[in-house]
Amino acid sequence: MNALVQVAAEESENPLIPPIPELVIGLIAFAIVFIFLAKKLLPNINRVLEERREAIEGGMEKAEATQAEAQQVLEDYRAQLADARHEAARLRQEAQEQGAALIAEMRAEGQRQREEVIAAGHAQIEADRKQAAQTLRQDVGRLATDLAGRIVGESLEDVARQSRTIDRFLDELDDKASKSNDGSKAEAGR
Amino acid sequence: MSPDQTLAFETNCHIFDGCGFPAPGLHSFKFEPLFSVGGFDFNKPMLLALLGTVAIVWFFWAAFARAKVVPGKLQMIGEAGYDFVRRGLVYEALGKKEGEKYVPLMVSIFFFVWIMNLWSIIPVAQFPVTSIIAFPAGLAAIVYILWMYLTFKKHGFVGGWKNITGYDKELGAILPMIVVIEFFSNVIIRPFTHAVRLFANMFAGHLLLLMFTIGTWYLLNGIGIVYAGASFVMTILLTAFELFIQAVQAYVFVLLACNYVQGALAEHH
Repeated sequence: MNALVQVAAEESENPLIPPIPELVIGLIAFAIVFIFLAKKLLPNINRVLEERREAIEGGMEKAEATQAEAQQVLEDYRAQLADARHEAARLRQEAQEQGAALIAEMRAEGQRQREEVIAAGHAQIEADRKQAAQTLRQDVGRLATDLAGRIVGESLEDVARQSRTIDRFLDELDDKASKSNDGSKAEAGR
Repeated sequence: MSPDQTLAFETNCHIFDGCGFPAPGLHSFKFEPLFSVGGFDFNKPMLLALLGTVAIVWFFWAAFARAKVVPGKLQMIGEAGYDFVRRGLVYEALGKKEGEKYVPLMVSIFFFVWIMNLWSIIPVAQFPVTSIIAFPAGLAAIVYILWMYLTFKKHGFVGGWKNITGYDKELGAILPMIVVIEFFSNVIIRPFTHAVRLFANMFAGHLLLLMFTIGTWYLLNGIGIVYAGASFVMTILLTAFELFIQAVQAYVFVLLACNYVQGALAEHH
């Protein structure tokens, strides 16, 4: 204990009073650190941090632009798809209408042709009938004239008169025939 | 070298051998010069201070000299430390705009103090440089001078004193008392406490570690071995504790420095 007190007395330097050599060394050491950091290394890292910040923000902007573009493309695509759908629907509608029109037209054409054929048939029949009637009339006239000539024994010379008489007779026959014919024709038409 | 100054490990001094406990004390912070140039004695704390300086510069050189936008491992660690001081301390106290100017100083102080503290638990070195008052005092002096300079630059001579002494007419009768207290507090006591807070923490920490380290060795005899084990465990625990305290003290030192600068720049109230 005595020794300790003695030592303390010998080295009575207060630990709170800074020794000058250490103070100088400490300041020099700190100055070295400060100069290296402040003049070279921290400006260096600040520059890099700034670059990085810009790079990240630039990347984000790029990503945003890409996303916007993708969105745009998607919208365009959807619009096109909707257009295409409308177009398809329209075409289908049109085709249906055209088909229906075509069928109707064909039907009308068929109808027309049928009626034409029927009409032609009727006309032919009428012509044949007329011709037959004509022939018949002539034959009947001739036969009747022959017959009458034979019966009367003389030829009826007045042709005009003869023909008129025959015609009148035949017209009467015709009338009769057509009257009876109307009833039977209506029956056949059914 | 007196017997008390001998390191416990260099002796065969154990309990029950008729040898007194070689307690650590003030003498533990005195070092024989490693060499002398003229009248200048170069000792261990100076050597550690310079080695620490080299270590800091080397680390930040390796991390930041060829900094890349995509950082390597070392750069990442450096950036984390840099950002911790810049955002966590300087921007917090001074704001981004005002504070930017003081970032290099504060970063330098933080890492300087921290590494000088860290020597305390680095094997072989095992001495906190900051437990020599000269080192914290130098740093505190730099901050004090900066604080004074900024105060008078910002507010002028009269305004500067008003800022320092908290002069405010609305205080009325107690104004003189406030002025005197603030003057002593800010101008005389504050730089002292700024330095001593760091010094005393490291000084006490080193004493604690010495106590249990020497104790472990001293008790290593007979039944004392059991107690030596307990003392050794304490050494380990306190080493971990010191690791924490070293960082905290560096943080506090810079935090206070930032607050002083902020006070100098603030409008007086």
